[in-house]
Amino acid sequence: MAYSNKVQELYQSQLKSIQDAGLFKQERFIHSSQAADIEVEFPTGSSLNKVINVCANNYLGLSSHPEVIKAAHEGLDTRGYGMSSVRFICGTQDIHRELERKVSEFLGTEDTILFPSCMDANAGVFEAILTSDDVMISDRLVHASIIDGMRLCPAQHDTFKHSNMEHLEKKLQLHANKRLKIVINDGVYSMDGDTAKMDEIAALCEKYDALLFVDESHSSGFIGKTGRGTHEKYGVMDKVDVITTTFGKALGGASGGCVSGRKEIVEMCRQKARPYLFSNTIAPVVVSGVLRVLDILSQSTERRDKLEENTKFWRKGLTEAGFVLKDGDTPIVPVMLFNAKLSQDFSRDLFDLGVYAIGFFFPVVPQGAARIRTQISAGHEMHHLEKALDAFIKVGKKYDILGKTKQEIIEMYGS
Amino acid sequence: MYGKIKEHLQAELEAIKNAGLYKKERIITSAQKADIVINTGEQVLNFCANNYLGLSNHPRLIQAAKNSLDSHGYGMSSVRFICGTQDLHKELEKQIADYFGTEDTILYAACFDANGGVFEPLLTSEDAIISDTLNHASIIDGVRLCKAHRYRYESADMEDLEDRLKEAQKHRFRIIVTDGVFSMDGHVAPVDKIVELAEKYDAMVMVDECHSAGVVGESGRGVTELYNLKGKVDIITGTLGKAFGGAIGGFTTGKKEIIEILRQKSRPYLFSNSIPPSVASAGIEVFKMLTESNDQHNRLVNNVEYFKEKMIAAGFDIKPTESAIIAVMLYDAKLSQEMAAKLLEEGIYVIGFYYPVVPKEQARIRVQVSAGHKKEHLDKAVEAFTKVGKELGVLK
Amino acid sequence: MEENMKDIILEYVIEEYCDEEDDEVTFDTPLISGGLVDSFSMVSLKRFLENKYKISIPDADASPEAFDSVNKIETLVKRFL
Repeated sequence: MAYSNKVQELYQSQLKSIQDAGLFKQERFIHSSQAADIEVEFPTGSSLNKVINVCANNYLGLSSHPEVIKAAHEGLDTRGYGMSSVRFICGTQDIHRELERKVSEFLGTEDTILFPSCMDANAGVFEAILTSDDVMISDRLVHASIIDGMRLCPAQHDTFKHSNMEHLEKKLQLHANKRLKIVINDGVYSMDGDTAKMDEIAALCEKYDALLFVDESHSSGFIGKTGRGTHEKYGVMDKVDVITTTFGKALGGASGGCVSGRKEIVEMCRQKARPYLFSNTIAPVVVSGVLRVLDILSQSTERRDKLEENTKFWRKGLTEAGFVLKDGDTPIVPVMLFNAKLSQDFSRDLFDLGVYAIGFFFPVVPQGAARIRTQISAGHEMHHLEKALDAFIKVGKKYDILGKTKQEIIEMYGS
Repeated sequence: MYGKIKEHLQAELEAIKNAGLYKKERIITSAQKADIVINTGEQVLNFCANNYLGLSNHPRLIQAAKNSLDSHGYGMSSVRFICGTQDLHKELEKQIADYFGTEDTILYAACFDANGGVFEPLLTSEDAIISDTLNHASIIDGVRLCKAHRYRYESADMEDLEDRLKEAQKHRFRIIVTDGVFSMDGHVAPVDKIVELAEKYDAMVMVDECHSAGVVGESGRGVTELYNLKGKVDIITGTLGKAFGGAIGGFTTGKKEIIEILRQKSRPYLFSNSIPPSVASAGIEVFKMLTESNDQHNRLVNNVEYFKEKMIAAGFDIKPTESAIIAVMLYDAKLSQEMAAKLLEEGIYVIGFYYPVVPKEQARIRVQVSAGHKKEHLDKAVEAFTKVGKELGVLK
Repeated sequence: MEENMKDIILEYVIEEYCDEEDDEVTFDTPLISGGLVDSFSMVSLKRFLENKYKISIPDADASPEAFDSVNKIETLVKRFL
């Protein structure tokens, strides 16, 4: 070992500069289940605070739903705890195949392959299906895990301006001579809560003979009339070639992800995707829970309908109070504050009033676009939303930003 | 627009099949344990799981998982630094650090992610990674995602490593990376010599303990225990998906600042949920059990010795091994497949490996022994090996 | 010629990376550290420069720092002309 002082000092100084820049990520310890009401130890060592959580990806309120927990118990009883093996050696149970079938049915695809996480699905899919003769054309705001996947793939890559169809078309023309083209989007963009223009993108893909890829992590389960995702919302269910999504958000929130789509693409992933070949798949306890989640969602749209109602109420309440929001209709509702420090102060004051929401700032969002990202859940009842709204208004008044425009807030606090 | 790619992919799949490399999955309808049920209804003895300590279906882990489902729910629906950290995650991190005698630990969704996310935050294009040629695929991917200069040394070859270290002196920092136990052979990396060289040439050391943690060393605490190097390996990565219960999850454990940097910058940590509460809680139970008593580990060591001796006595060619991985050498690819198939008929589930997973003409059957195997399981396996070995002319 | 190269690069940057609402970009505007161009999208800029000036910029030299403003990019390109 030569963890010399030189190395140690370098890392110490890096950590210090992260702290000095106010970018240090401090974790808050939750002592309860994930739900609308949670118990949080923050700052570390303090007694527990009961707060309303408005920053989880628990869109459908299923993260600690009693039926899901019951199914997980049953999974432990019938299929044990761990598999201690990768899929193709001795790590495949009947329930893994059942889940792959059920997901395909739910998303309306030909086949599905499970990954330990959607991060791994995105990291493994491109290299498995593309070569250096091909090109990946991605929206500039796609999730970091897609970027890692593209970095691991020898195909050429290019980007287009966020949701800018003219620019996408230009790029499709530019790369017309490539063997295969694949257009890569998020279904819902996690920081702004806007939706990819799936209908227009699908039309361009048809026109220019490109494959269509979409990461549905922030849409599966609740976007579209029956919650199948953005491809349902935009009426292009049969035009998407590759979907990746997660079970770690709306669909129970435990862990795991998948690639779902054309049969041959899924089959190639099973043969070649490295995170699939070299890592255990989802544990039986989690698989059993997700199976139950899909049953619940297939039986009734009640939860996604309630989420839609809650979202409308929340967006309307914040808008009427005079906050600047990002446009959209998804349960991701960014409250724009523009200034990084203001976003941190605002979040801290909310916490003191019993509302848990995190401030995001550069480099997670662009410079001068700091915000509190709120995420609404079907697990929120009206009293949660009313209390949270009250807290937002109180803190908004304290900083005198209600009714102010972007320009006015930037003048007061800087960008 | 799915058109021509379909044909292209079909052709490639066909080529994989023709090369005999097509991976089929066997479906298990029971829990993971010594005797499993497969979807044909047959019961077979499993000798190909990484279930080294026999904990995959242990009642204490199952109970711990159930208790936390009730107290801490099913999923977190969030990454760690937003609202996805529970007291359970913190406790498990501390237990792992205590177990390995390190300063701090960070959990990942899988060890694949731990290895994938360890290099990029710590090293830049000014630095060098010096990696054993037989290192696991996830280390290779982690290295690919990092801008540092890359050097490779012949597996476990200390002369070659020394040459690479000399070459790499021109860089700011160097890190030597090795698997603790190589998964296809079962031999332990010479980490004692690696640490000596690291001190001589001012390099850090990272060991992937996926197949060694819980297995090698007096009480199973891995290569740092085996070579008495506690505190001298700077970075250890490991998994909860093998000996430690076998569900999912990985970790990086080591120096405080390194772990802290990873918590701030490691992409798989920042962009993916951590392990769910049930897995965190069963993980805590694993380390509690292993600290309370050495029974599981002793059973494993005894089983390995017993099986190894019997197989050698039967006349099989076994690779030297200091772990729970026993490579029965057959050299011929086709023979390895035939033998595995016949063993399955005898109720023994093992896998034959051949090129490119192992070098050409080094085909083998990899047997993985578990603390969960009973003596009669081991006897039955040796018997079946002997019978099939004679049928196929492997044994005289 | 020199002014011309800067103008060409600036024009490409605006066309390729800026939306209408973005602030004015000058020769000194920090592109990457300022969040205008993410390091991944930098690839198209690198390719543009290589095609336009018939040069090849090794990956080791294509650091985010070297691409951080039009002025710096010009310096970089000249090294390989």
